Amino acid sequence: MLSNAPVYKRSVKNIKDVYISHINGKSKEAEIKRINKELANIRSKFKGDKALDGYSKKKYVCKLLFIFLLGHDIDFGHMEAVNLLSSNKYTEKQIGYLFISVLVNSNSELIRLINNAIKNDLSSRNPTFMCLALHCIANVGSREMAEAFAGEIPRILVAGDTMDSVKQSAALCLLRLYKTSPDLVLMGEWTSRVVHLLNDQHMGVVTAAISLITCLSQKNPDEFKTCVSLAVSRLSRIVSSASTDLQDYTYYFVPAPWLSCKLLRLLQCYPPPEDGAVKGRLVECLETILNKAQEPPKSKKVQHSNAKNAILFEAISLIIHYDSEPNLLVRACNQLGQFLQHRETNLRYLALESMCTLASSEFSHEAVKTHIETVINALKTERDVSVRQRAADLLYAMCDRSNAKQIVAEMLSYLETADYSIREEMVLKVAILAEKYAVDYSWYVDTILNLIRIAGDYVSEEVWYRVIQIVINRDDVQGYAAKTVFEALQAPACHENMVKVGGYILGEFGNLIAGDPRSSPLVQFNLLHSKFHLCSVPTRALLLSAYIKFINLFPETKSTIQEVLRSDSQIRNSDVELQQRAVEYLKLSSIASTDVLATVLEEMPPFPERESSILAKLKKKKGPGAVSVNELEEGKREGELNGGGERGGDNSGIAASNASTPSPSADLLGLRTGPPVTAAAPSAGSLLVDVFSEAGVNDDGFLSSAPPSVVSEDTAPPLPESNELLNKFVCKNNGVLFENQLLQIGIKSEYRQNLGRMYLFYGNKTSVQFVTFTTTVTCPGELQSHILHIYTCKHMFILAYTCYDKLNVQTKPVEPLIEGGAQVQQVINIECLSDFCEAPLLNIKFRYGGALQNLTLKLPVTINKFFQPTEMASHDFFQRWKQLSQPQQEAQKIFKANHAMDTEVLKAKLLGLGMALLENVDPNPENFVCAGVIQTKAQQVGSLLRLEPNAQAQMYRLTLRSSKDTVSKRLCELLAEQF
Amino acid sequence: MQFMLLFSRQGKLRLQKWYVPLSDKEKKKITRELVQTVLARKPKMCSFLEWRDLKIVYKRYASLYFCCAIEDQDNELITLEIIHRYVELLDKYFGSVCELDIIFNFEKAYFILDEFLLGGEAQETSKKNVLKAIEQADLLQEVRRKYFLSLIKCFGRFAEQSQTEDWGGLANEEIL
Repeated sequence: MLSNAPVYKRSVKNIKDVYISHINGKSKEAEIKRINKELANIRSKFKGDKALDGYSKKKYVCKLLFIFLLGHDIDFGHMEAVNLLSSNKYTEKQIGYLFISVLVNSNSELIRLINNAIKNDLSSRNPTFMCLALHCIANVGSREMAEAFAGEIPRILVAGDTMDSVKQSAALCLLRLYKTSPDLVLMGEWTSRVVHLLNDQHMGVVTAAISLITCLSQKNPDEFKTCVSLAVSRLSRIVSSASTDLQDYTYYFVPAPWLSCKLLRLLQCYPPPEDGAVKGRLVECLETILNKAQEPPKSKKVQHSNAKNAILFEAISLIIHYDSEPNLLVRACNQLGQFLQHRETNLRYLALESMCTLASSEFSHEAVKTHIETVINALKTERDVSVRQRAADLLYAMCDRSNAKQIVAEMLSYLETADYSIREEMVLKVAILAEKYAVDYSWYVDTILNLIRIAGDYVSEEVWYRVIQIVINRDDVQGYAAKTVFEALQAPACHENMVKVGGYILGEFGNLIAGDPRSSPLVQFNLLHSKFHLCSVPTRALLLSAYIKFINLFPETKSTIQEVLRSDSQIRNSDVELQQRAVEYLKLSSIASTDVLATVLEEMPPFPERESSILAKLKKKKGPGAVSVNELEEGKREGELNGGGERGGDNSGIAASNASTPSPSADLLGLRTGPPVTAAAPSAGSLLVDVFSEAGVNDDGFLSSAPPSVVSEDTAPPLPESNELLNKFVCKNNGVLFENQLLQIGIKSEYRQNLGRMYLFYGNKTSVQFVTFTTTVTCPGELQSHILHIYTCKHMFILAYTCYDKLNVQTKPVEPLIEGGAQVQQVINIECLSDFCEAPLLNIKFRYGGALQNLTLKLPVTINKFFQPTEMASHDFFQRWKQLSQPQQEAQKIFKANHAMDTEVLKAKLLGLGMALLENVDPNPENFVCAGVIQTKAQQVGSLLRLEPNAQAQMYRLTLRSSKDTVSKRLCELLAEQF
Repeated sequence: MQFMLLFSRQGKLRLQKWYVPLSDKEKKKITRELVQTVLARKPKMCSFLEWRDLKIVYKRYASLYFCCAIEDQDNELITLEIIHRYVELLDKYFGSVCELDIIFNFEKAYFILDEFLLGGEAQETSKKNVLKAIEQADLLQEVRRKYFLSLIKCFGRFAEQSQTEDWGGLANEEIL
């Protein structure tokens, strides 16, 4: 004691300085300076020659902890803290454990030492030490600790002689380990004994054990199902006890609120009890809890009402979970209704939240609906955005056909002033409700256009795609949509999304309103074009497509539009996409006959049915939160509705349509999980569909899915010799790919990094022209994703940029006609996204003297084209070779020579392969070694090659090693054909 | 419960307890974001908010904010009372607790919390039992730290006066 005194005083002074400079908020620099000084001091103490006594060690470890908690990084002292664990002085041990709990993140070297110390304390039979050790495990909860102690702790937990406080810690410690490593906590004989802890005399033990039981029974409900009756009787005893019975477990006159909540929570892991007596007792409890809510408070303190209401809300959750007691559900709803107008913001918030789930129960849906005015009022007047958010959620949940118009209108008007943080979600919700409950689609169109007008910035692509899909699929609304959008566009400032929708709809259906001189074709065009210069590139691109559609719809606008397309700002636009569109559309409009135009630019076909992408987006946005659950529940409920009777009388509209048409159209949003059924005719009910969710849609999705007839014509299977032809190009980039009596196809290609460009030359060897010359590039197998069209004749100039999973191929069109003896060129741009095996297919169709020619070749794009040669010295080569020593990284083939084994030819081929040919690496000069890196967008794959010719046997042994097994294999296959 | 944070009105973190494994970087990011969000809220606003996929329950006591992150199915009101019980425990132990007690005796604040909550769940809700455990441990201390504590506390109080106006017991000075 005495000897400690001087050190002690000094430490006070030092640490005081740190505090003071910290608290006084002196300059950050001063604080850092002070702390660095202190850290240096501590470091020197730890490193010093003199062994520190336990007290000083504790003091310095404590200081480090303090400094860490001030927000500074600590990178030493761990060892000293671990040393403290084995001290037999309580405070030293305690500080050691605290340091470990706060600062150790499964640092593998220390964890063994820590685990040792913990083990000692656990077996010490000293309850305070045991608790410290258990707290530490619960706080760190690493996998290593689970491995070490998951077997031991259950024993401590259920042993008869364990102290209550140790039991409590052991239960929650085990819970933490179970959460981190459920596989390591094995169920066993102890589980049944754990359930009986619910009967323990010590309330603290029950409180701790029940959290563990709840978690375990979620994963193993059968093993723990006896807990239900135990929980009910425990709950019943608490609920019926007087406020003083439970002594210190009564909190502000509420008996055991934490335990009650946990019991009610545990019961939510199970269905209602089957045993009538148990169930009766439970219902009694729930009724008592509901009754108590009506009694005058025993205290004015907020703690009293919070604790009481915490139990009430948990009871309501259980009632909602059971969803089988209409009486209780309605009572719960009424209770929440009272809270909706409570002066406590917290209660209003929770009532709104809880009602959201009640709204999805068929028993209480109607009761919830009666509160609509209060909720709307909350949306308008609550001062706290998080409460308004709950109100919006509830309106969404209580919406059905009977009140959709009112709710959507309220949400729209709220949007005008809504907080930025919740606008996007509100927009999605309005869009979904408008679609889901649309009886007449003009209301739907109005709503979405209003949405764009009010909150255009928050209208995501999914929303405006969707309105277009719906308009395209429903001919009864097209004229109205055209008229409305035309009017909306007349506003002096309108949102770009409005221009997009406007461009698309007028481009498709502008003819429906062209009869009115106020919206004549030219007026429409001028209106659209007046917005053009204010728009971004994608919108402009869409507008250009709308213009070309105008030329088809209204021949009288042709010259005006051609003039626009011809202007420098279009045809020489610095943006490639816009320029290309302008050039192509201009050309298309000048050379194509009206028939051709009419076919190319015909109205979009109806979209196939899919799940609404908006809904998907909302689900994604909310995560597994309340709304998405509601969605599913609601879907489920409506599903039940189909089979059984109706809920309430007001929703006859939807119920009738559901019941009368046993078609997929009843499932408006694709909520049900059943197998997708192909869409019936668009007229059948309310068929709403969605293409955009799946298709890798082009920038505007306008023309790309156009006439399917052309592409779907049967494509010939690849020629038998196509593999051979492909192999010819593995080691070279230029040459003749294919030749027959009619056609010659030449190739020139160049590659850099993961990009490539290929020029295809189609030569007509005859003296007669080829007509309707079409080429299509498709990617089979693993590359497959979407078909890429190169329209050349009837459907020329339509470009599609398609993202393949692995290979991005972009083609530029060829001319539709190839005169006799002439040659046309086509450019294909290629991007390698990830490694691949299958080559893309090139299909060529044309008519020669009336006969259809149809042939398919493999486009010589192979993975080695993306090689980047790597020079390296012998040493490096062998080092890397060894690094790639896993069996799957290597591919090897021994094969017979197909060609003469000429060294120079071999070298030329290996160079053509794209790798670097390394000299003086292999000790055997006859052998060849190469190195290179394949460049894909996703990753780089280093590859090494060794080719060992055996001239005597006329055999080769080829070995490849790459960091990716598929690459080794593919390269080996390709190369084995080359020599 | 996933974590509990205590921070001052100036945004200084005073205590942090994490019940889920997170990297230091994530912890810092979460702390920064949450402190900002909570401090930006006005008094009289509701004590709950949605944040990422968690529910935040917070309450201000004098100059300190107590802030808990709970999961979707957890009960907000009972969490609010967990906070209050913790404040009561601190208050009882320190005798009219103030922010400085938590700064200077952070280890005690942690020990009390560990007795009350473990692994994010209530372990012992009886005030008497929790304090008994802590006091028992105190008895084991070979050096009484009272002198040390009071000295720092005095000095701290003196230094802090310009910074914070309310220095009484936190438990008696609930805001909200």
